[in-house]
Amino acid sequence: MKRDLVIIGGGPAGLAAAIAAYDKGVRDILVVERESRPGGILKQCIHNGFGLTRFKESMTGPEYAQRFIDEAEKRKIEILTDTFVTRLTDKKEVTCMNERGIFTIQARAVILAMGCRERSKGALNIAGTRPAGLFSAGTAQKYVNLYGMLPGKRVVILGSGDIGLIMARRMTLEGAKVLCVCEIRPHSSGLRRNIAQCLDDFGIPLYLQHTIVEIRGKERVEGVVVAAVDKDKRPIAGTEKVFECDTVLFSVGLIPENELTKGAGIPLDGRTKGCTVDGDRETQAEGIFACGNVLHVHDLVDFVSEEAEIAGSAAAEYLFGGERQKRLIPVQAGQNVSYVLPQRLDAASESPQKLYFRVTGAIKNAVVRVEGGDGVREWKKIAVAPGEMEHITLPPAYFREAEGLCVSVLAQEA
Amino acid sequence: MYDVAVIGAGVVGAFCARELKKYDLDVVVAESADDVAAGASRANSGIVHAGFDAPAGSLKAKFNLEGNRLMEEVCRELGVKFYRNGSLVLAGKGQEEQLRALFERGIQNGVTGLRIVGREELAAMEPNVAEGAQSALYAPTGGIVCPYGLTIAAMGNAMDNGAALECGFKAVSAERCKGGWTLHAASGKTLSARIVINCAGYGSEQVAALFGDSSFRIGARKGEYMLLDRSCGGFVRHTMFSLPTAAGKGVLLTPTADGNVLVGPTSVEQAEYDTSVRREGFDDIRAKACLLMKDIPFSQTITSFAGVRAYSDRHDFIVEWSAACEGLFHVAGIESPGLTSAPALGAYAAKQVAEKLGAGKNSTFDPVRRPQHWFRSLTDEEKNEVIARRPEYGKIVCRCEEVTLGEIVDAMRTNPPARTLDGIKLRTRAGMGRCQSGFCQPGVFDILRSEYGLQADEVTKNGGKSFVIAGGEL
Repeated sequence: MKRDLVIIGGGPAGLAAAIAAYDKGVRDILVVERESRPGGILKQCIHNGFGLTRFKESMTGPEYAQRFIDEAEKRKIEILTDTFVTRLTDKKEVTCMNERGIFTIQARAVILAMGCRERSKGALNIAGTRPAGLFSAGTAQKYVNLYGMLPGKRVVILGSGDIGLIMARRMTLEGAKVLCVCEIRPHSSGLRRNIAQCLDDFGIPLYLQHTIVEIRGKERVEGVVVAAVDKDKRPIAGTEKVFECDTVLFSVGLIPENELTKGAGIPLDGRTKGCTVDGDRETQAEGIFACGNVLHVHDLVDFVSEEAEIAGSAAAEYLFGGERQKRLIPVQAGQNVSYVLPQRLDAASESPQKLYFRVTGAIKNAVVRVEGGDGVREWKKIAVAPGEMEHITLPPAYFREAEGLCVSVLAQEA
Repeated sequence: MYDVAVIGAGVVGAFCARELKKYDLDVVVAESADDVAAGASRANSGIVHAGFDAPAGSLKAKFNLEGNRLMEEVCRELGVKFYRNGSLVLAGKGQEEQLRALFERGIQNGVTGLRIVGREELAAMEPNVAEGAQSALYAPTGGIVCPYGLTIAAMGNAMDNGAALECGFKAVSAERCKGGWTLHAASGKTLSARIVINCAGYGSEQVAALFGDSSFRIGARKGEYMLLDRSCGGFVRHTMFSLPTAAGKGVLLTPTADGNVLVGPTSVEQAEYDTSVRREGFDDIRAKACLLMKDIPFSQTITSFAGVRAYSDRHDFIVEWSAACEGLFHVAGIESPGLTSAPALGAYAAKQVAEKLGAGKNSTFDPVRRPQHWFRSLTDEEKNEVIARRPEYGKIVCRCEEVTLGEIVDAMRTNPPARTLDGIKLRTRAGMGRCQSGFCQPGVFDILRSEYGLQADEVTKNGGKSFVIAGGEL
């Protein structure tokens, strides 16, 4: 089987990429989706706040997804559901498996849009027992929102990622008592608005620099021991406090799901755990693009859609014109910046380039500084935090002669 | 009345049942937990020991060697993955004499192929070996096997041949009846059999006591482990040991039969059975494992757990007829190398019992069981043939381990049937991968509900009151 464009994943990234590619003229598109319906993780995100940036209105996750599903349907883009991609090669061979069998598609271009997974509790090496009642926050969200079941009644949440914050509110609304959210770092990894709306509004305490040091209970969780940690994240003896609970939710990070990518031998960025890409979101394998949470974990789906459109349009351009002559220059993360995406930029590009980045720690009155191009450019930001992705846009005139760029964030001098 | 009741469905009980079914005997296995392999057989190193470690002349040495010899054929029959990856016991500077002593003991025990390798050869065999390791005892007959997989397969094969399994049967008393014993369970159930085999692991001292036999004590020694993701699979090829001490074989580092890397165990004496893990345990594992290998990818840890070894006060296996009580046979105190020894222990116990009962051979016994991993070992073409007949084999439920709906359905319809999330996990690997069931758990939960007609609040993680949903339906 041969297809022009195969998109792996029918979540928000895959759908937006498909629509963008279609609108640039690509007609032979196949979106491969492992679940029974497209929409990805948005299907279980029934809270609102989606689309504020992109559509200037507040939607629920399913509503946001539906817009893209409708657009894809309007264009008659084929979405193959209940189909799992088992193998990908750098020659753009995509092997799929579904109830009709195993088959390989030779694509002319591929867009990776597999999303991410939650970092599991197992990776944390928490002392104590391993009873029922330990859930990653997203799993609990699925039980509550898609199954109509409440995992437990007294809950402690470890990690202040957005899904954990959302679930603190959700479990509370469904009648559970959420005792606290513990965050080992000195700052939350979630959005500020989620801390206000999901914890503060419900009187749920957030204990920064605290972690769970022991899980108790034989068959079902009976309690946890929480302790304060020092600056090296080591528990401080004497600060232990016992919380009786029947459930623990873990919201301790998201990891791009790049098993297929690794299988294809495409290089990943150790920091983002996604591919290293250029401004087109093209990976180091020609004709294979990546977007959404498989590329780097986003806080807002609005930016996923935007990124997917870049990838979809670029894939279309590639399909019609072949690999463009690019002059790729590296974009580096400087002081206080954990990563910048894209990692490489086509200095020959005629369009402005948007750089996305995250900071390593919260800074108030920050200055974003870009160096390496035509002089030094600076942008002021009232506040930046690791939980919120930032972006700046560079005009082509800035990077045309550059050999490499560096983005840093500094505290503004008073 | 059964001919034989085996108490305990760990790896030893499972092999006793399977070997008993090679004779013309009616067999029942009574297990206190809700599934097989619930104790030490679930959480151990999964090593098939070569046999150089046990004291010469001990039962451990005898059954270890015999079990190691049998393992290949047993695993082929039962369809369990077994690899003779070989083991290496590392020695640093000044430890050559101890290593030599271990080599001599191995020779005395009858271990074949043993030799001492120098630093250069060692580094070629294991490029990531720790710098401090100067030489090693190489045992090519050492191997790895999945301990719960082996238990499930042995029990399943015994059941396929007619053995009965009573889970949730916690024996609380035993009384003489005409021609044998009647066992009473906490649940009120009873079982009668002419002979009882005590394979109750940590509980075997208590089981003996039900029969008025107090000839041995059982202690509990906890071992903690860390399991690394399959992506670290190429990090180590052999099973890496340090020199044994009085406390045991110490922390080892090994590939598992399923391609992960396992590091552990610690060794913690305990007053009672407890599988909780300790923070100090992780520190201990890290510190000791670094003496074996360098740059261990601990960041790829996907889970940590603990198992409890039940050891006897004789510090050797107890494999004998009870002196205190007619009709009771003990297979107790089976600590390491118990997994290796299990096939041999089962064969020995079954022979004793069959002779006692005058039982003949069971001419219809079929030793072969379809491998649990049969589907995943097919070629794409063969898989397509299966999917054409049974489309559920084309539907992936666990994405990390790529487990299909068909395999999960089979796990509930094959002996011994899975009834819990952990039961499915141990049989199919669904939930055992890097996301640790985050994605597939609700799916497996649904499959269990529909197969057994369970309410939402009836599905358990591993039986008893380990309910998954504790807040009810909304």
